[in-house]
Amino acid sequence: MSENQPHQDENQPAGKYVAHGTGTPPIGEQSAQASGREDPITVSRRWLLLKAGIALNGLVGIALAVPLIRYFFGPWRSDGGYKSWVTLGPVDSFPNGETRLAYYKNPYRRPWDGMTDDVACYVRREGSDEFKVFAINCAHLGCPVRWFPQSQLFMCPCHGGVYYADGSRASGPPDRGLFPYSWRIESAQLQIDAGQMPTLSNSASLVKIAMGGNSPCQG
Amino acid sequence: MPGIKQTAVSVYAWLERRLQLEGPVKDAALHKVPRNTASWWYVFGSAAFTLFFLQIVTGIFLALIYVPSGGEAWNSLMVLNHQVPLGWFVRALHGWGSNFMVAVVLIHMAQVFLFGAYKFPRELTWIFGVFLLLLTLAMAFTGQVMRFDQDSYWGLAIGAMIVSRVPWIGGGLVHLLLGGPIISGATLSRFFTFHVFIVPGLLLFFASLHVWMVLKLGVNEWPMPGRIVRRSTYIDEYNQLAHQDGIPFVPGAFWKDLAFSGAVLAAVAVCALVFGPNGPNGVPDPSIIQTVPKPDFFFLWIYAILAYLPPQLETPFMLIAPLVAIAILLALPFYASEGEKSWHRRPVAVLAVSLIAVAWGTLTQLGTTTPWSPHMEAWSGDTLPVNLVRAATPLVRQGANVFQEKQCRNCHSIGGHGGQRGPALDDVATRMTLDQLRFKVVTGGGNMPAYGKNLSPAEIEALVSFLHTLHPANEPPAVNPASEGISTTHASGGEETPAKAGAKR
Repeated sequence: MSENQPHQDENQPAGKYVAHGTGTPPIGEQSAQASGREDPITVSRRWLLLKAGIALNGLVGIALAVPLIRYFFGPWRSDGGYKSWVTLGPVDSFPNGETRLAYYKNPYRRPWDGMTDDVACYVRREGSDEFKVFAINCAHLGCPVRWFPQSQLFMCPCHGGVYYADGSRASGPPDRGLFPYSWRIESAQLQIDAGQMPTLSNSASLVKIAMGGNSPCQG
Repeated sequence: MPGIKQTAVSVYAWLERRLQLEGPVKDAALHKVPRNTASWWYVFGSAAFTLFFLQIVTGIFLALIYVPSGGEAWNSLMVLNHQVPLGWFVRALHGWGSNFMVAVVLIHMAQVFLFGAYKFPRELTWIFGVFLLLLTLAMAFTGQVMRFDQDSYWGLAIGAMIVSRVPWIGGGLVHLLLGGPIISGATLSRFFTFHVFIVPGLLLFFASLHVWMVLKLGVNEWPMPGRIVRRSTYIDEYNQLAHQDGIPFVPGAFWKDLAFSGAVLAAVAVCALVFGPNGPNGVPDPSIIQTVPKPDFFFLWIYAILAYLPPQLETPFMLIAPLVAIAILLALPFYASEGEKSWHRRPVAVLAVSLIAVAWGTLTQLGTTTPWSPHMEAWSGDTLPVNLVRAATPLVRQGANVFQEKQCRNCHSIGGHGGQRGPALDDVATRMTLDQLRFKVVTGGGNMPAYGKNLSPAEIEALVSFLHTLHPANEPPAVNPASEGISTTHASGGEETPAKAGAKR
């Protein structure tokens, strides 16, 4: 790294690849290196300043990370954090003893959701003010189950889960019944407590419809 | 003319004086590789890289038109397909490029595994390769979401249901995955971020390191039976091989990379031209339930596995098996960093690759035909073979009606048509007596729902009468040996008739 190393011609390629520092050293580097090696005080001050710089960036980094992480975890809400009562329609629009597909707009939505906030559910009226409301999602992997009134069964097109009319499991991979919604009647309107996709890890999973359903063995 | 050449040379020199890239590029291009690695077996890595760049270019082109919004994504794809000149072709290139990229990455992985390339000192190259495989699959899945049609929607639902099985934090993870409580515009936005920024960035980063290490450590030599890898001697042996029997990478080996990459690009273009873009299928409206969701080709095998697992094994399998598989792949170079490289001396490795390939092919085939799914339209759409009902009694015909209208056909085929969820019933009468049939229909069992409360006694009687006619002409229906002796006194005419009717056909 001598100072009398000849300067290369401006327009000549550097030739064989050389690591930085073996060619022309940056201006001012020689004296700093020469003196730096002999002056422990300067060195320790520089190192201290470097550490201070790192510490400053660490502090600012943590200060920034807190709001960023909170922003990232924004959608993470407790169970029920997204739910509210939605109206499915007048009670009388659901004939007694029948299972009907009903639709609602998801209560938690954004203007750019398009069709995705149109949610369907199955309403089964079992008496004048007795209802069962199921999510259309199969309890196995969430595919939409289809109702067959002739055989009184729900069938899933994905892996062949089958449920009885009361939502209990009949056969196939799911090990539980359909996900039920809580419902109530408010001024002759049927309402359900809805707002989030029912999965095995939220409140929808807590209500388990007993196995067996329509089995005549149950008497 | 010499003036132009002069200018070009001086422009090059001006740039080179500042960039100083000529040296490293020459080093990379001219470094010696063992002669027999200039093989057609060594072209898959570079082809994967080429396909990745095709995906970047076509992806940028798509992003000029595509609208990553829950409300507009589907429409913007339709505009690309039908209104933007050649928009369909760019979509098809991107879609087929994705298929080819997954395939080439898998082939590359199988090849380097069989050639023992993960052994010392290339362990980290393999590990980054595993990351690249996972990232490529992540691109394929998030890309399927970009299509934002019915299949994408329900694919996301399946993904959310799998994530929801994580103990304790499953619910929160679903919210994070979907960007909210349901699959919505927020879901598409975050998958767009993954597909366009995060995963490609990681891919570029790890792919660069992967190639860098191939240059620094040298390409894996052609394995010879008996040439054992030892940490203490390998580097010297490799350098000897590369220098004594080596050729410069360019052009000796590189021309094959170029040729294969060109051929792969041409194949992508031909597929795009002939088969066109994939979808979008139905609109992402979750209230349309008349749909049969299916994942894209490369995830069909997972779809098939999920149909066959017993319920109690599902959650452990979904959550643990992927981690175990990844752990095995990552641990492989540490477990077997020395020893034989040649597949001639590694029967377990060859068997493992063969087994995985056969299993993957079988599961994919099953995922294509989905024998476990009820055929939703079979009950109303499939006709009964006419010979089954031509000479049948009114009761048997009534039973045939019950069989169709109660959706039995959705799971049970007759005459080769209908669902395959349950057994085919063409010869069910030879396997089950009338009593057994009646019991099975009423109580179900195994994978069959119980129909006891969904059928009237008259319907049940008609149905089993019909089922009891289903046997080959030369094979009589099953009878209960215990009751055979008293059948003359107990058997009713209604039960005997269908059997006779069946025997006549």
